[in-house]
Amino acid sequence: MKKVKVATVWLDGCSGCHMSLLDMDAAIISLAQKIDLVYGPLVDTQEFPEGVDVTLVEGAVSSQDDLNKLQKIRQRTHLLISLGDCAVTGNVPAMRNSIPVNKLLQRIYVEGAQEGKIVPTDGVPALLKQARPLREFVKVDICLPGCPPPAKTIATVISDLVDGRKRETGLAVKFG
Amino acid sequence: MPQKKLSIRIDGELISAVEGQTILQAAKANGKYIPTLCDLEGLTPVGACRLCIVEVSGTDRLFPACTTPIQDGMSVTTTSKRLTQDRRISLELLLVERNHVCAVCVSNGHCELQSMASAMGISTVRFVYNYPKLGVDLSHPRFVLDHNRCILCTRCVRVCAELEGAHVWEVTSRGIHSRIVSDLNQKWGESRGCTSCGKCVQACPTGALAEKGWAVEEMVKKNDKISALVHRREVQV
Repeated sequence: MKKVKVATVWLDGCSGCHMSLLDMDAAIISLAQKIDLVYGPLVDTQEFPEGVDVTLVEGAVSSQDDLNKLQKIRQRTHLLISLGDCAVTGNVPAMRNSIPVNKLLQRIYVEGAQEGKIVPTDGVPALLKQARPLREFVKVDICLPGCPPPAKTIATVISDLVDGRKRETGLAVKFG
Repeated sequence: MPQKKLSIRIDGELISAVEGQTILQAAKANGKYIPTLCDLEGLTPVGACRLCIVEVSGTDRLFPACTTPIQDGMSVTTTSKRLTQDRRISLELLLVERNHVCAVCVSNGHCELQSMASAMGISTVRFVYNYPKLGVDLSHPRFVLDHNRCILCTRCVRVCAELEGAHVWEVTSRGIHSRIVSDLNQKWGESRGCTSCGKCVQACPTGALAEKGWAVEEMVKKNDKISALVHRREVQV
């Protein structure tokens, strides 16, 4: 049987969703036999590959870099999943949204710093005006809210997709 | 004078109800479920959240079950594709209007807005998030008001006016600018009317009103106590 190509991506989030993904106990063993993990923080691939079947994206879209990544991912992925509250609603990263970016950076890197009081610009992507959910930029096929989404829910969704079923209704969903 | 009995149908089932009851009261008395959010047993219904909308045969309009009195021979439908769709839209609009960040909320796991979203199977919203800049009033020694989490159900307004008799809370402005205010838009801690009874906090369905000192997920509301207080009163107002 041809293995399903799965990728995971970490945008503006805390990696808690990835922790939850790894927290599915024994289910991860049977799942690992059916999927090929082609990209993500858990594997050492630099470039997002072509022809990915399922991509789970954690985190909100917060920087220009996030947005570029997301657009490329969308082009190269058959099925895109918003994984967790940050990807679905903006959640904690979006709590900065009512503060202008320059004020925010000034407060953290200059007023709030003990030393090296300078806003970093080299090698860090420019922040967008606001952190926003994936759905506001690209088409999202499945949303899995939760902070983080329960491991069991993630396992159910991936297993269903691997077995050729797309299921969104009837899943236990909860924000937070 | 004995109350007049009326016959109505709810989802096709013939039900005997009492004149003066609302559709919601008649439904509840007969074990029929209609989703609600702003309603709290014992307080005057206001029809703020629009989750309890129902279809009434003979008209295309939808009616809030909590404020619509029953009429003899009325036939009510509580579940349909249209109602599910419209209730969902109402709830999604509540979710995008302010900053409901469940992950950092004292009421996470005990919130009526959150559990209603789960019950409706809402995994995302179709609207663009508003992310408004809203304040938090920490001036009261025991309680906190966080406008980010308020859904303007006005339970606090009603419980303070009708049960405590202090009428500290009111709604100011209109539309999306509406806010809960204490006294004449003063800080809560400076309110001369507030008795610090905490009924508003217990009645609040979200984390908008909370006791100080609780961390995320720790604020459990006891709004059944509000209803119990009402029922213990000899005179119903």
